[in-house]
Parts: sequence; structure tokens; C-alpha cells
Amino acid sequence: MVVDVLYFAWLRERIGQPRERIETEAATVRDLVDQLAAMDDWHAAALSDLSAVRVAIDQELADLDARIAGAREIAFFPPMTGG
Amino acid sequence: MSARVQTEPFDLGAEIANFGAGAGAVVTFSGLVRDEGGRLVALEIEHYPGMTEKALDTYGRMAAERFGLSDWLIIHRHGRLDVGAPIMMVATASRHRAAAFQGAEFLMDWLKSRAPFWKREITLDGPGEWVDAVETDEDALSRW
Repeated sequence: MVVDVLYFAWLRERIGQPRERIETEAATVRDLVDQLAAMDDWHAAALSDLSAVRVAIDQELADLDARIAGAREIAFFPPMTGG
Repeated sequence: MSARVQTEPFDLGAEIANFGAGAGAVVTFSGLVRDEGGRLVALEIEHYPGMTEKALDTYGRMAAERFGLSDWLIIHRHGRLDVGAPIMMVATASRHRAAAFQGAEFLMDWLKSRAPFWKREITLDGPGEWVDAVETDEDALSRW
């Protein structure tokens, strides 16, 4: 399947782009992270500490073990600092 | 009953002029950019267009249902905001004050940790660090 992967805040800066289209067979978010981290050093560095990374599947907060079948948009970002 | 995400400033007084008609209590909260002891010039606020609007609307509806609010309003800005500028506001309306106060606190706790905004400091030297999430903000959610 093909998904749009989005990055925000320091994840966007470390990876060097706000979004990319990824062809993947990943079953879960964690599998997708492994695939992304294997792409190059920038992805690997940005995704090295998953305790500092939050994820949304199709704009809904999700956890790393969530399944991604059918997802169109998966976003990675730091803990939110609204308000 | 609405949520807005915008770069423009808002006028708190004008926003609540016709807010909560018929309610017995209206509570408002407004968050401003702190100067952090003179160190900060501005904040740059990034958000996730699409998800942000949905999240704010969801949290507003949750608060309305849980506390029986007759009206609610959330406005959150993004982009560059200078020290002293308003970042966001919430307003809640209910029959009695307890629900309006609790609804506003509930909304603030959710917005702090569950609305997709990220703040970066801008100091005299230019763009600085991204603001870290505060653990007490996460803990505050557990009381609800």
C-alpha cells in the first residue's frame, strides 16, 4: 500500500521534509518506523527515541502498535505543546 | 459551539459579547506569550492542519457533554506570536458556575497535551529550541 507520511516540529527538521509518499507492507506503526529508520541516517536519528515521538493515523492519535491497514496518512511528531 | 484555528489576533471581548446567551455563568481563559524573564522575543507555533480542527471540535463536544455546557468556544492561533500576544482562548457557558469552570479547565488540559500544536522559542539570537512538553500537563489529564 501507499501512505503519505507527515512530520512536524523537530521531526520535520531532522528528516528534512514535511511529508513523503511511502510504499509499504508494514502491518503496524512500529513496522513502518523500522522501515523509515532504515532509509537513511536522518530518518534513523529522528526516529531513534520513540518515547519522544507521537503518532496519528488519518489524523487520529494512535499508538505504535496500532495497525495501519487502509490508512492514507500517518503523521509523526513530538509530544504536543498546545494551549 | 465552535473551534477556530487562525493566524490573526482575536478580540476576547468581542468574542464573548454574544456568547452563552441565556446561561447563568460564563468562564473565559486566555493564554499569552510569556517573556520568560526577557529571554524570549516571540513563539513560532506550528500545527497539523486538518487534525487540529477535528481535535478541537472533538474536545469541545466532549466538554459540552460531560459538563452540560450550553455553549463553548475555542480559538487557537499559529504562526509567529510576539511576547504578550494572545495565543489562545476558551470560553464555556453553563447554568451554574461550577460546570463552566470545570469545562474550561478540562478543555485546557486536553488542549495542552492532545491538540497538535508545537511551540518554538524565538530569542534575540533568532529561532531557538522547541518547547518540551511538561509532564505535569500530561498528569493533569488523568484527573478527568
